[in-house]
Amino acid sequence: MSEKNTGVTAKTVEKIARLSRLHVEPDRLAYLADEMNGLLAWIEQLGEVDVKGVEPMTSAVEMPAPLRKDEITDGGVRDKVLANAPKTESGYFVVPRSVE
Amino acid sequence: MSDLTKLTLEAALSGLKAKDFSSVEITKAHIDACMDAADLNAFITTDFTNAMKAAEISDAKLAKGEGGALEGAPLGIKDLFCTEGVKTTAGSKILGDFKPQYECTVTENMKRDGMVMLGKLNMDEFAMGSSNETSAFGPVVNPWRKGEDLVPGGSSGGSASAVAANMCLGATATDTGGSIRQPASFTGTVGIKPTYGRCSRWGIVAFASSLDQAGPITRTVKDSAIMLQSMAGYDAKDSTSINKAMPDLSAACGKSIKGMKIGIPKEYTMDGMPREIEDLWQQGIKWLESCGAEIVHVSLPHTKYALPAYYIVAPAEASSNLARYDGMRYGERVEGDNLYDTYERTRAEGFGKEVRRRIMMGTYVLSAGYYDAYYLQAQKVRTKIADDFKRAWEKCDALLTPTCPSAAFAVGRKLNDPVTMYLNDIFTVTANLAGLPAMSVPAALDNNGLPLGLQIIGRALDEETVFAASSALESCAGFEAKPEKWWV
Amino acid sequence: MFTAKRVADKKDWLSGRDHDWEIIIGLEVHAQVASKSKLFSGAATEYGAEPNTQVSLVDAAMPGMLPVVNEFCIEQAVRTGLGLNAQINLYSRFDRKNYFYPDLPQGYQISQFEFPIVGEGEIEIEPEGGEAVIVGIERLHLEQDAGKSIHDLSPDDTFVDLNRSGVCLMEIVSKPDMRSPEEASAYVEKVRGIVRALGTCDGDMEKGNLRADVNVSVRKPGGDLGTRCEIKNVNSMRFIRQAINYEARRQIDILEAGGEIDQETRLFDNAKGETRTMRSKEDAHDYRYFPDPDLLPINITQEFVDGIKANLPELPDARKARFVVDYGIPEYDARILTADKAKGDFYERLAKGRDAKIAANWMMGDLFGALNKASINLDDSPVNSDALGELLDLIGDKTISGKIAKDVFEKMFAGEGGANEIVEREGLKQVTDTGAIEKMVQDVIDANADQAAKVADNPRLVGFFVGQVMKASGGKANPQAVNEILRKKLGL
Ligand SMILES: [Mg+2]
Ligand SMILES: [Zn+2]
Repeated sequence: MSEKNTGVTAKTVEKIARLSRLHVEPDRLAYLADEMNGLLAWIEQLGEVDVKGVEPMTSAVEMPAPLRKDEITDGGVRDKVLANAPKTESGYFVVPRSVE
Repeated sequence: MSDLTKLTLEAALSGLKAKDFSSVEITKAHIDACMDAADLNAFITTDFTNAMKAAEISDAKLAKGEGGALEGAPLGIKDLFCTEGVKTTAGSKILGDFKPQYECTVTENMKRDGMVMLGKLNMDEFAMGSSNETSAFGPVVNPWRKGEDLVPGGSSGGSASAVAANMCLGATATDTGGSIRQPASFTGTVGIKPTYGRCSRWGIVAFASSLDQAGPITRTVKDSAIMLQSMAGYDAKDSTSINKAMPDLSAACGKSIKGMKIGIPKEYTMDGMPREIEDLWQQGIKWLESCGAEIVHVSLPHTKYALPAYYIVAPAEASSNLARYDGMRYGERVEGDNLYDTYERTRAEGFGKEVRRRIMMGTYVLSAGYYDAYYLQAQKVRTKIADDFKRAWEKCDALLTPTCPSAAFAVGRKLNDPVTMYLNDIFTVTANLAGLPAMSVPAALDNNGLPLGLQIIGRALDEETVFAASSALESCAGFEAKPEKWWV
Repeated sequence: MFTAKRVADKKDWLSGRDHDWEIIIGLEVHAQVASKSKLFSGAATEYGAEPNTQVSLVDAAMPGMLPVVNEFCIEQAVRTGLGLNAQINLYSRFDRKNYFYPDLPQGYQISQFEFPIVGEGEIEIEPEGGEAVIVGIERLHLEQDAGKSIHDLSPDDTFVDLNRSGVCLMEIVSKPDMRSPEEASAYVEKVRGIVRALGTCDGDMEKGNLRADVNVSVRKPGGDLGTRCEIKNVNSMRFIRQAINYEARRQIDILEAGGEIDQETRLFDNAKGETRTMRSKEDAHDYRYFPDPDLLPINITQEFVDGIKANLPELPDARKARFVVDYGIPEYDARILTADKAKGDFYERLAKGRDAKIAANWMMGDLFGALNKASINLDDSPVNSDALGELLDLIGDKTISGKIAKDVFEKMFAGEGGANEIVEREGLKQVTDTGAIEKMVQDVIDANADQAAKVADNPRLVGFFVGQVMKASGGKANPQAVNEILRKKLGL
């Protein structure tokens, strides 16, 4: 599968996994690099397209953003906000300690 | 009484209105069908108790001559739509027992119109897949079978399977690259992805925001018209919602297509595409001609780049959209040694392989040094694809293409080769990239007796033409085949 | 893009082992837009609510939730941009900045990266004890705030409150045009003055409604730019100066020891007065900005901008110029009195129909002194402009002397009543009855006959007699009358 792009290395996968916050076992890195290179080799063909002067399409609707009035129409629903939380206390979400 | 599950949605609604049968009766009949078909694994969550309650309420309304456009009709909802108080999983483990405290706009509209919700339908995890095998709740089985279990297509495989197996009168689905149309083609059902912005995305679990669009899967074009009319509508809560009235879709069905210009894009032939599909396409051309349509040949030169562009844009958006699944505020948390470890384990264990693969790809194409070469390039190619269509619309009113390059394949066949799997969407993905309405209509059986669909693509906001052409195709094709009921 | 041509005043150089150093400072001010609801949701923004009570399902990033832009926030960004003399971009866009943190529910912050709503501008600052400096504005963009992590409620966990999540911030990015801690704080003071005058942000630094990220680097005066460190979320003028001083010295120490500066994000420890590293280098940050596909571009029209421009309130610079002309007060006073909208408004109420110079002196001297000492904001002053005006009127019509007025002011500040009330209650009215004064003068001359004899030779002794008479009157005698009568009686 991976004949063209061999740009992705195990080290790249490690970095991408960290950015994605996905745990990857070290012995899987090389395999995943291979897999990504395979997909990239296929995707690479996009480079053939001449896009000089072409604007990127960021949305399928051609209109400006609708704007809403500055009014309080929401909030005050703490029970709903916390209803599915794995852990809460005194109205707070409780999460693993984020500082040392 | 005849089998109520064999009715079209249209017939069921008029039967309910005429009090030929009650909502309780038809709902009960469908619940039985769902239980009989448990082996198809079409549902992740059933909600039969509430369905029966809703049926009773509908009956009360119908008795008074009241009720909405879907009053009393038992329908299925893809498990990507957040439904208040009913577990919503997106086909993933990561959401755990998530019970939304809100109702998404689409099902809210349908409930307003009197739908009876039978439950939540199985799907590829986070709508990423073309075979329904990436679901954390096991693959859905296609009611059509040839000696072995076949996939129903994906990601709305549960929806397609349930509709094809008469477990519900219709089902909601979503389509990011073909996830309504491809399973419809694989199961002999009708599916439409409307113009981007027609159905509110509010409350639908996001996969790729600029491509996702909800639509129905039904057994007839008219049924799709009825369902979509209810599902769609402007919603101020979705900034990409279009504030333009939907045409009367039921009225569009059966409308003459005399003089309508149908474009045939020459790039929609593919190496290795089965002969039967090419033949069916030619047959479709003849059918539409026989209805008075004028056939024109058009070119969409960037078609071959659509799929690679899609596999940059969709994973990029997904990598960001799925960042919220971190086990902090909802969903399954896997405790680790510290915060970061908790994040990484929660997400590694909560997401399946295909979802992880796409998150990694998306992260990669957005990362420093690669953004321009991949993401930006893909967005520019997307502009060119949209421009191709704009040029085509100067010559025609709608396009006719095959829906898929193949019929349903065996479970497990393509699971380990992502690119081969991705090629399923080659004819459908262009409409997503350009935001256009597109519909798949069952047209014929292949040599193995499996259904194949044809696709009509229309101009943005011109669902009227799409329904008229699809409806013409439907009557010419006269597709009546039904899978043998082997699962009972 | 960034130029750093200006070399700091020599007085701002820091001395080093082999040569002097110059500090280069750029600031990112985060100013909370004074909107009722959040940037992308209808939840309230009011400060101090119970945890997670001002959170919509959008702010908590529930699956399928979508943002919708608050038009008021767009308008405030444009107003602020105009106040910063900056380019307003008719096309702007929201992007996603991707990173994980428990108080960032979406896993990304919606911000403006490639196309901010406001482009380049400039403002003039006047640092304490220095020359006026022009500071370039790089851009102003809108973004959403994160929630709050609380670490001291449990030893093992972090508690998260999302009330702030989604609140609208204007990030105002300066060019690296400041060269001293004083310039940096004067800049923040100026920005704060502008947003308060415009009403686009309340500028309350204590509540975190205006806070600064400070970028600091050092270089040989006029030399090549050094590597910078960013100190996050510094929330008072004093801390800004402290943080810069500490950070510059830290960097100099590293460089002089032959080390290199790591470009990193640092925290300022208010208690210790130190900066410390916030993120480890290992924790790579690559924000993967891309246009938010849930939002569409913001298109505003030139007419919209012109309409806002036509209705802008008077800004601090214009007000300062007007104060000098209209009230005849020195530029220095005018600057202090217009640094802040509340001060200017207070002054104008006070000076109206009164001696403008005396009004300025009283505000800047006694009032600000007392407020400072008690750490009270002008808005919460126990003596408002009417009350202080009442006191000035008593001085003006000679009911009390300026000296007595100072005592009365202290009592007013302590909440003991209004000026008239205190003067009445404590019998502080100035004695202007010449008969009574004549009697007091005569008594003092009689008691100090030998001194009186010497006055003719030594006229400066009059001061002694004035003092004695004032003392005898308990300070209440009109000093001018005392002087006149004394001179007459002493035959001068
Ligand atoms: Mg910043
Ligand atoms: Zn910021």
